[in-house]
Amino acid sequence: MNHILTVQNLLVRRGGVTVLDIEQMSVETSRILALIGPNGAGKSTLLLTMAGLLKPDRGGILYRGVAVDTSARRSEMRKSVSVVFQEPLLLNTSVYKNVALGLKFRHLTNGDIRKNVEDALAYFGISPLAKRSAKTLSGGEAKRVSLARAFALKPELILLDEAFNSLDPPTRETLIDDLRHILEETKITAVLALHDREETLRLAQDVVVLADGGMIQSGTTAQVFNRPASEFVAGFVGTETILEGTVQMNRDNLLEIAVGDKMLEAVGDFAPGQTVFCCVRPENITVSADPLKKVSARNVFEAKIQKIVRQAFFYKMILDCGFPVVAYITVSSCEDLGLCEGTSVTVSFKATAVHVMARDH
Amino acid sequence: MELIVQGIVKAFELLISFDPEVLGITWLSLKISGTATFISLFFGVSIGTTVALTTFPGKRLVISLINTGMGLPPVVVGLFVTIMIWRSGPLGFLEILYTPYAMIIAQAIIATPIVMGISLASIQNLPPNLRLQILSLGASRMQMVWVLIKESKLPLLAAVMAGFGGVISEVGASIMVGGNIKGYSRVLTTATVMETGKGNFDIAIALGIILLILAFLVNLLLTHIQQRQQLR
Repeated sequence: MNHILTVQNLLVRRGGVTVLDIEQMSVETSRILALIGPNGAGKSTLLLTMAGLLKPDRGGILYRGVAVDTSARRSEMRKSVSVVFQEPLLLNTSVYKNVALGLKFRHLTNGDIRKNVEDALAYFGISPLAKRSAKTLSGGEAKRVSLARAFALKPELILLDEAFNSLDPPTRETLIDDLRHILEETKITAVLALHDREETLRLAQDVVVLADGGMIQSGTTAQVFNRPASEFVAGFVGTETILEGTVQMNRDNLLEIAVGDKMLEAVGDFAPGQTVFCCVRPENITVSADPLKKVSARNVFEAKIQKIVRQAFFYKMILDCGFPVVAYITVSSCEDLGLCEGTSVTVSFKATAVHVMARDH
Repeated sequence: MELIVQGIVKAFELLISFDPEVLGITWLSLKISGTATFISLFFGVSIGTTVALTTFPGKRLVISLINTGMGLPPVVVGLFVTIMIWRSGPLGFLEILYTPYAMIIAQAIIATPIVMGISLASIQNLPPNLRLQILSLGASRMQMVWVLIKESKLPLLAAVMAGFGGVISEVGASIMVGGNIKGYSRVLTTATVMETGKGNFDIAIALGIILLILAFLVNLLLTHIQQRQQLR
């Protein structure tokens, strides 16, 4: 694999406390990697270290295979990397001058600066703002300017720290779409610190899960979201149904798992008697108003709707089928089936939709 | 009341008649305080920015000392500068006691902590990640410091106003190290003190009004520059 940046044996301490301790982590060229984890997980610290803006206490980073271990190399690497911080951090001058700032540091000619700035402004649809004072911009506009400033440098690697925070939902939606489009088109490698799973699913191809300064899991987005390595990751990536059970039988890796007084079928390689967690994503659960007769799903349960919560574009349904299950259902499905709190329904999900993992302790 | 009216009338007479002595005193006040402010700007901004951007043991103590220095009593400054440049003092060989140079030194010492304190606060007041953002755009450390100073230009202009205001109106140090020598080291404040002592209240009031007008005009100019920046 072609890695643009590798983190090796990294240790960052602040005030005597370890804030980051990562043995090995790589960023693949031309891919979009999301760093996800709760507040204080070390996402921003890792981004700053990757950007060469923070000197680690131990270990460090390799950029294109070369160790970035001196301040000269850090400042050299910074010329190939752009960082977008959580807040737009624009200078008190015009939008044009803000976007041109990094290009001036690189001693480009005025003609090249103008071209790069105009291209970057056009990319983010903010060309008409060029002469505006940065102070007069709205939050969304300021964020676009800070992104344009980073992309104007034509970096090999772009690092974005919680780039969509504090934006209203419509602005955030459009900005995510635009950013995804630009990253796909330019093929610039990107590392994004995110805490929103929806943003992660929409933008990232690879995911690294951080917690308490350590790396918990890494892989493609599909791997991490569908096969979380621990209960913590499962909870964080939005696997709303996490059930503790005991393996009763393993027949050619088709497991029968006792969850309370119910029996679940799942696919995996666990020995009978082993305590496991069964994770089911809410979008993999089907709710039917009538009892199912012939169906390929191995897990079919009678259930009662306990609570229905309206989300942005769908309903989140909490069901009781002897154990709690969370399902997502579209508004039209809910209305067509006439579902409401207290209704008796049938819940089904496939054995392959259940991700089984050993209990951590 | 009559004294005040007389003073105001006298002030306008002196101003309209372009009295050479008053013009000389005014011009010297402006030169000495302007030069002192300029020197304090150089040292104050450099040291204030350095303290704001670096981390070292005892930083809080240093900041406290700078803040205390913002209220440095001019007579104490005058006393120490006098001792230093006294004929037998460590800098006596310079032979600058009772000269405008000594006054510039004393006024620069008074203004520097004021400019330093305001610069320090204004740089510290910038968003903490701005420094990293500028470095990440490829700036060298010097370029980063320069961008931060430019970004703090509004409070820095306030620092210039405060520094100039502090020294143009001080009298203790100027009289101690300048000696109030007619036509040589006499400035508006020292002349006002002298005329008051002599009972020439009308002239003293006139000089006071000129001092106020001068301070007002300089601050008007700086405020104009500051607000123009603000509106951009």
